[in-house]
Amino acid sequence: MLRYLSHRLLEAAVVLLGMSFLIYLLLGLMPGDPIDLMASGDPNITSADLARLKAVYGLDRPLLERYGHWLHGALTGDFGYSRLYALPVTELMAPRLGNTALLMGASFALALVLALPAGVLAAVRQRSWLDYGLNLFAFAGISLPSFWLALLMILLFAVTLGWLPAGGVHAVGDDSLGNRALHLVLPVLTLTLLTVGGMLRFTRSAMIETLRADYIRTARAKGLGPRGVVLGHALRNAMIPVVTILALNFGTLFSGSMVVETMFAYQGMGKMIYDAIIGNDFNLALVGLLFATLLTLLSNLGADVVYAWLDPRISYVD
Amino acid sequence: MSTEPAPTDPTAIGAWSAAGDRPLAAAARGPAGAGVSPGRMVLRRFLRHRLGVISAGVLVLLTLACLAAPLVAALLGHDPNLVDLFGRFAGPSASHPLGTDELGRDLLLRLLYGGQVSLFVGLVGAIAAAVLGTLIGVVAGYLGGRIDALLMRLTDAVIALPLLPLLIVLAAVDLTKLGVPEDVARAESASLYRILLIVVLAGWTTVARLVRGAALSVRAHDFVRAAVALGARPVRIMVAHLLPNIASPIIVATTLSVGGVILTESVLSFLGLGIQPPLPSWGNMLTNAQELIWQAPQLAIYPGLLIFVTVIAFNFVGDALQDAMDPRAHEP
Repeated sequence: MLRYLSHRLLEAAVVLLGMSFLIYLLLGLMPGDPIDLMASGDPNITSADLARLKAVYGLDRPLLERYGHWLHGALTGDFGYSRLYALPVTELMAPRLGNTALLMGASFALALVLALPAGVLAAVRQRSWLDYGLNLFAFAGISLPSFWLALLMILLFAVTLGWLPAGGVHAVGDDSLGNRALHLVLPVLTLTLLTVGGMLRFTRSAMIETLRADYIRTARAKGLGPRGVVLGHALRNAMIPVVTILALNFGTLFSGSMVVETMFAYQGMGKMIYDAIIGNDFNLALVGLLFATLLTLLSNLGADVVYAWLDPRISYVD
Repeated sequence: MSTEPAPTDPTAIGAWSAAGDRPLAAAARGPAGAGVSPGRMVLRRFLRHRLGVISAGVLVLLTLACLAAPLVAALLGHDPNLVDLFGRFAGPSASHPLGTDELGRDLLLRLLYGGQVSLFVGLVGAIAAAVLGTLIGVVAGYLGGRIDALLMRLTDAVIALPLLPLLIVLAAVDLTKLGVPEDVARAESASLYRILLIVVLAGWTTVARLVRGAALSVRAHDFVRAAVALGARPVRIMVAHLLPNIASPIIVATTLSVGGVILTESVLSFLGLGIQPPLPSWGNMLTNAQELIWQAPQLAIYPGLLIFVTVIAFNFVGDALQDAMDPRAHEP
């Protein structure tokens, strides 16, 4: 197991390194150049000044050398500064990371609490009206454009009913816990609705698959009631693939969170990355993207470990 | 999941596709297969799926309506890009059946022309992604070894990564810095081709895994060994033996991916990084909707509703196709 883990961690490091170079390369291809941006703010700047600025920031060096310099800094814990906020990147990321964790965690938990029982119920009552209704709901959930759902939520709960704030983390001058929670309701609800459909469908099909297994027939044959069969035998086994797929969906959840944060002006990682890309804040975008990638890789690794733990038939000893 | 045709299963897709030549064997398998060609059998099973049939009808109607956009434009007597600043946010009327937007442009016409773009990107993007996925899957599954391991690691990475932020970076790349001539990069159609490229890069993974699994298992079949012994080359084995065997799962996966492609296009266009105005798409028609939501909430409804209806219809059709093409789905 330990060997497997170290092997996987090494692999994750290689993927991360590759991604860092790819993103570095792509961000260099974005419109707008940091030096041009500085020049546009100062009409008296001369071309000699520009050349000097380029030399100061090392932009006259070849791409690989610049990347190497950045990598060396990152590996020694220096992630550089944000151009937009003029602050160290790490200092900017910490509070936003907390906000995103809150949003994603709450939505994930809520979606799970809704999807697991509903999926099991749909599987047990297969082809009933309840099953069809839940199926329809799940299909609607996976077919909704994320930004449009957010727009509709704002339209209904903020514009028409006026019950909830349309965006932000807390009201100006009031960052009490209650006010923060109030601002969290719409984003969490939106992200939950976007996530729950896929989870429901997956739980349902895993449960149906499990209910066909021979040991379920055996359990029924020995006279066990439906409740005992489902809760005692089927549920635990059906959960194995469900847990895996949920952890593998971290990337999708992060993408959804990015849209939701942007729509509700919620100061999280997703919105920070989006703003950084749009605002030519290359360093912030680079570090933010890499951090999101790292989290994804770790959650995938976690999924594999949990998978092995839940299913003793799987072992990672080579 | 029923993605890999198991060689021992008599109802596996490979054996089943030959049912038309052997009506007796097909009849032995169930009433649905009694002396009918596979195509007809699939159609019959599909028609039993009510939501799938309704969705297919909706999609046909929607496509026809979008294709008829120039006709509607001629009938109403205006252009989808015609700005009329005195007629902003107009309500429905005879000349503007759905009213006008924040620039006084006709909403119905823009929806229809935008639909052409969104449907085109969805269909062409999904098919192109399936072709790329098939190529990668065949190469990985047939060559095996290190190439297979490398390609599958790549597939896993693309599936797991937080794709949206990466796609946003790709969509924001300045093409002129890549040496693309200025006039090509700034052309109206450039945003269309760029978004196609992006959805293909994001969407090939499902089909690649499917095809790779099938390519691995097909190598073990006796008829493939016989073909190899007869001197058939890998390309012939792939085209003549592998692809016909997994055509149905590829078709199902491609249909199910159209919705996802349309969603990706719409969110990028909405964020201002996909289809560039004045070319309308359902996504970019919503770009200004959030700022205008207090003023003109109706503008936020129609384009999103059309995206939603189209995506859910493609998902229902894909689901119905899956039931119709996979005989195992019908076992109790």
